[in-house]
Amino acid sequence: MSWLPKSPKARRRLILVAAIAPVLALAVALTLWGLRGQVVYFYSPSDLAARPPETGQPLRLGGLVEAGSVSRDAAGHILFGVTDGAAEVQVVYDGALPDLFREGQGVVVEGRLETSGRFRADQVLAKHDETYMPREVADALKKQGVWREGEAS
Amino acid sequence: MIAEFGAFLLALAFAATLLQVGLSTAARWRGSDALGGAAQGAATAAAVLLALAFAMLIQAFVASDFSVENVAANSHTDKPLFYKVTAAWGSHEGSMLLWCLTGALFSAAMAWTRGPEKTFRASALAVHGGLNALFLAFLAFTSSPFARLAEPPVEGASLNPLLQDPALAIHPPMLYLGYVGFSAVFALAVAALIEGRRAGEWARWMRPWVLASWALLTLGITLGSFWAYYELGWGGWWFWDPVENASFLPWLAGAALLHSVIVTQRRGALAAWTVFLAILSFSLSMLGAFLVRSGVLTSVHAFAVDPSRGVLLLAILGVSAGVAFSLFAFRAKLLVREDANFAPVSREGALVLNNLFLTVSVGVVLIGTLYPLMLEAVTGEAVSVGPPYYNLTFAPLLGLGLTALPVGAMLAWRRGRIAPALKELKWAGLAALGALVWAAAVLGLGEIGAWLGATLAVWLMAGALWEPWSRAARGADRAGRWRRLKATPVAVWAMTLAHLGLGVFLLGAVVETTAKAQTSDILMPGGRTQVAGVELTLDSVGVREGPNYLAEQAVITARRDGRIVCRVEPERRLFPHNGQMTTEVGLCFQGLDDLYVVLGERRDDGAGRGWTVRAHWNPLARLIFLGPLLMALGGILAIAAWFRRRG
Repeated sequence: MSWLPKSPKARRRLILVAAIAPVLALAVALTLWGLRGQVVYFYSPSDLAARPPETGQPLRLGGLVEAGSVSRDAAGHILFGVTDGAAEVQVVYDGALPDLFREGQGVVVEGRLETSGRFRADQVLAKHDETYMPREVADALKKQGVWREGEAS
Repeated sequence: MIAEFGAFLLALAFAATLLQVGLSTAARWRGSDALGGAAQGAATAAAVLLALAFAMLIQAFVASDFSVENVAANSHTDKPLFYKVTAAWGSHEGSMLLWCLTGALFSAAMAWTRGPEKTFRASALAVHGGLNALFLAFLAFTSSPFARLAEPPVEGASLNPLLQDPALAIHPPMLYLGYVGFSAVFALAVAALIEGRRAGEWARWMRPWVLASWALLTLGITLGSFWAYYELGWGGWWFWDPVENASFLPWLAGAALLHSVIVTQRRGALAAWTVFLAILSFSLSMLGAFLVRSGVLTSVHAFAVDPSRGVLLLAILGVSAGVAFSLFAFRAKLLVREDANFAPVSREGALVLNNLFLTVSVGVVLIGTLYPLMLEAVTGEAVSVGPPYYNLTFAPLLGLGLTALPVGAMLAWRRGRIAPALKELKWAGLAALGALVWAAAVLGLGEIGAWLGATLAVWLMAGALWEPWSRAARGADRAGRWRRLKATPVAVWAMTLAHLGLGVFLLGAVVETTAKAQTSDILMPGGRTQVAGVELTLDSVGVREGPNYLAEQAVITARRDGRIVCRVEPERRLFPHNGQMTTEVGLCFQGLDDLYVVLGERRDDGAGRGWTVRAHWNPLARLIFLGPLLMALGGILAIAAWFRRRG
């Protein structure tokens, strides 16, 4: 192969680049594709009201579980309201609630918005610590002025 | 008194660590043996002082001294003794003290192990002492575990009940041994840069540290994953959560490093790359500590955090990584040996390929983990990156790398040939083909990703097991083969075990994820439900009193074809001091499969009356945790081989 460089060192470099380049290209392509299509956006109840996403698109919703809102419907699904002080979204969930799910506490649910405006949750995110407040929830509450500093850090 | 004594010991340890830095630097400068010996002494003193300080903290917890803030926040008099002790590292302050103690112990070990010659050791001790001093300063000045309360409460707030579990009690120490172990690797790498030493010797000194850190990190991650699996009660074991990724990133970089350091040691090549990976591994460990401690990313494993501490951790990360990488930029060329060359098709070449895939995976996982932060900084939008992203990016890259693994392990050093290696692997290939047919038949035709995964797993396992056998065959008849197999070096068995473990893990992960079954029912005592051909009967639900909790305990009998296979007792525990519930899963091992039963709340509504009982059938779930154990064992065996070769 006369078109290859003459010096063995340069040849090795060329082979190395030829091996690395396709793998890197593949990784970059997959990453960009993954970051375009596979990320889940976070909404507060006010965001949902202000700029509703397409129904059926997976998203995360975060806020406080409204006090006194947890109930069950006839089919045994769990219903609760998620609020950020300014707006409220009804959530329906059919599954096991994490041990630290409480009224009045921060919660993040993953799922999608139904055409009725109700949020169907596939998953209620757990936490390990009662005083832990997911950062997006804290930010959303701060935006609405419901956050009291020192309430939960 | 104990707390003041502990704080005093902490200050002394800080002084001893500074002394370690100063004396080591002076010893290196003056080439003085006496100063070098003094530095060794200082490192030892720091370790002893920190061990005593840690003992003081444990004593404060055992004695339930609620005038100490940390004890009051994390302990309670009626907690069992075991969890009083483990609560000592259950909080941020205590776990940082554990981090510092681990660092000091490694420094002392580095000071006394035979191996590095004097000047090199002095440089490494100075660098490692510097790191330890940074973390000790962070501990002493911002998060002292010995801070007193002006008005001590009568009773403590008790430890988070989720942490009152044996697996989670030893998970942090294991993880920290791994993280902090990489700090020793980092120190040796920076010492190599300072000394401008050509590849060879230092790679040999670095290798056992890399292996030990990586093996311990493997154990730590596995324990954490197993804990999440049975304590959280959702049946999942990996969620691609930022906190999980934080420990997985240094693991991947460490895996790359433990392969590249072999090339550097044996062939003198890849020296600069090895040093780069060494710095990267510890930088990623620190990044992990920062992500976990600062709470900048929303995680299902997060605990309440104080963001101001995160900033300081980020500063430590910036300083140490910045200094190390600048040093690398200016001095890396001094490490390179011009004569160290190898053919592309060779064991060395295969290890370069391994490193290519592993580091690209590090990049992909790192981008996925940090993307929410980057996006929020730029556009203000909050997003999360979950499993779909990693399935799309990490899985194919890993798949490509793993396909090449058995072939690469068959290649000879210096110059290998692919065709004979492939010929040697024909049986492994056949086994993999069998797995493909089996997977298509059992897992269902639609699960193409799962077929490929199962095929790959069997290819890995068969390839790993075949390697020592084919090695023994070289130039030997049938009788000689067994004799030669028995004489296979320990290092080869270590590799076999680690690669086998990877295949075992992959098989478990793929089959469990694809073929698991789940059922959820509301049962009254006497009621029955079924999962994967196993009939479950709720015999009774009673109340049991634990040391510091009340448990609602169900007795559930599992039968297959009318025969009792096992009896499980899942619980819901209420910890009155925290007002918190925890779930104790009923686990029943069925060979390699798990029957996993969760007791839910009592219901009396439209859906029915009785207790919610969730049952999962997780096929081959045992392999998910067995695989990493084999990998860690492989790492430990490799350390044993390293010591044997030297002795």
